[in-house]
Amino acid sequence: MTVDHRQGHLESVRSALSVIIYPVQYLVDVPAKMTGWATESLVTHQLLLEKNERMQEEQLLLNSRLQKFNVLEAENQRLRKLLESSFKLSERVIIAELLAVDLQPFRHTIVINKGIREGVFDGQPIVDANGVMGQIIHVGPFSSTVLLITDPTHALPVQIDRNGLRAIAVGTGQSRSLQLEHLPNNADIQKGDLIVSSGLGGRFPAGYPVGTISEIVLDPAEPFAKVTVVPSAKLEQSREVLLVWPNDYARPHSEEDSFAVNL
Amino acid sequence: MIKSEHHGGWIICFSFIVALMLTAMPLPEWATNWRPAWVAMVLVYWCMALPDRIGIGLGWSMGLLLDVLQGTLLGQNALGLAVLAYFIIKSHQRIRMFPLTQQAFLICLLVSLYLFLSLWVRGIMGIPPDSWTYWMPAFTSMLLWPWLFIILRDIRRRYHVS
Repeated sequence: MTVDHRQGHLESVRSALSVIIYPVQYLVDVPAKMTGWATESLVTHQLLLEKNERMQEEQLLLNSRLQKFNVLEAENQRLRKLLESSFKLSERVIIAELLAVDLQPFRHTIVINKGIREGVFDGQPIVDANGVMGQIIHVGPFSSTVLLITDPTHALPVQIDRNGLRAIAVGTGQSRSLQLEHLPNNADIQKGDLIVSSGLGGRFPAGYPVGTISEIVLDPAEPFAKVTVVPSAKLEQSREVLLVWPNDYARPHSEEDSFAVNL
Repeated sequence: MIKSEHHGGWIICFSFIVALMLTAMPLPEWATNWRPAWVAMVLVYWCMALPDRIGIGLGWSMGLLLDVLQGTLLGQNALGLAVLAYFIIKSHQRIRMFPLTQQAFLICLLVSLYLFLSLWVRGIMGIPPDSWTYWMPAFTSMLLWPWLFIILRDIRRRYHVS
C-alpha cells in the first residue's frame, strides 16, 4: 500500500488488473446505454425536426463567432511574433465517453472508455464543452480513471481572467464548489469573475475556463479571503468528455477509430 | 480424490462477479453512501459455508480487484477483506449455529471492522471521509444479510457447490 501511495511502481499491476475489471464495468454500463439508446430511437419525428433546427441555428451562431475568433487568433499570433514570444499552437483533442459506473464514495472520480490504446497517459487533462473537468490518475488498456477538480485532493493552478491574478483552486469534496486558496483580503476579486486555468503547473493547458466566483467572505480575523468558485464544467451531467493532448506530448497511435478535432 | 470433492466453482465466481457489478452499479446521489458492502457479504457467506475452499487468499484477491474497480489505493480493500475472511474462518462453526438475526448483527460488526480498516488507511493518506454516512454500509449490510444468506444457501444447495 505504501509503495502504491508513495511511488506508483504498482501502476502496471493496476493496469493489468483493470483488464479483468473492464468487463464488469462494461456490463454495469449496459443498462444505462440501453436506456439512452431507447430514448433516442423512440423520439418522435417532430422532436427530431425541432432539435435539428435548433442545432442548425446554434451552429450558424458558433460559426459566425468562429470567423471572428480565427481573425483574432491570426492577429494574436502576429502580435506575439512582433514581441518575439513563443505562442502555443493548438492542442489535439478526442472525445471519450463516460462509463456509468459508481466508484468509491467520498471521492470524485469517474471512468471513461479510452485507455492506453488510444494514447491516453497519466496526468492527462480532461475538459468538457464548458470547462476543465479533471485529470487522468490511472490508465488501463481499455479504460481510465479521472480525478475531478472537485475532489478534496485535487488542486489546479488558475488565474482570474479579468486581471490575470494567479491563485490555486482546490476541490472541496462538494460537487458544485471549489475554493481559491491563499488570496489576501485585499486582492482584486469580484463576485462573478471568470476563473481560467493558468497552465503554470505544466499539466493543464492555459486558458480553459474553470469556473466563476460565487461567494467572497472577507473576515478580518483571517489572513486570507474565503473565495468559493462554482465550476463551469457540468461535472455531474456530462456524458461525453474531451481528452486534451498538450503540444509537447506524443500523438496517439491509432487515429482511425478516434474522432479527432483540432481546436 | 480432493478434486472430485470440489465442484461448482463457477457459481462462486459468478456470485463474486455479481457482487462486483452491484458495487459498481450507479445509484442516485443520496443512496451512494448507503450501498451495502456486497463483496464483503458474499465473501463472508462463502467463507462460512466452504471454509476449506474459500479463505484469506481469495479475500485478498477480491479486495485487490475491488481496489482496481473503485480506484482506491491498491491493498486498501484487500487488507480489510483478508482480515474479515480470517475472523470468519476462525469461528465459522460457531457462526453457522447462530440464528439469522444474530448473524446479521455479527455482519454489522464485521463490516464495521472492514470499514474501520479502510478508514484507517484513508486517514493515513490524509483523505478521511467528511461525514458519518461513511458507516452506513454496515447498517444496510445488516438489513440485507438474511435475504442474501437465504438466496446464496438455496443456490449452493441447488447446484451442489461444495
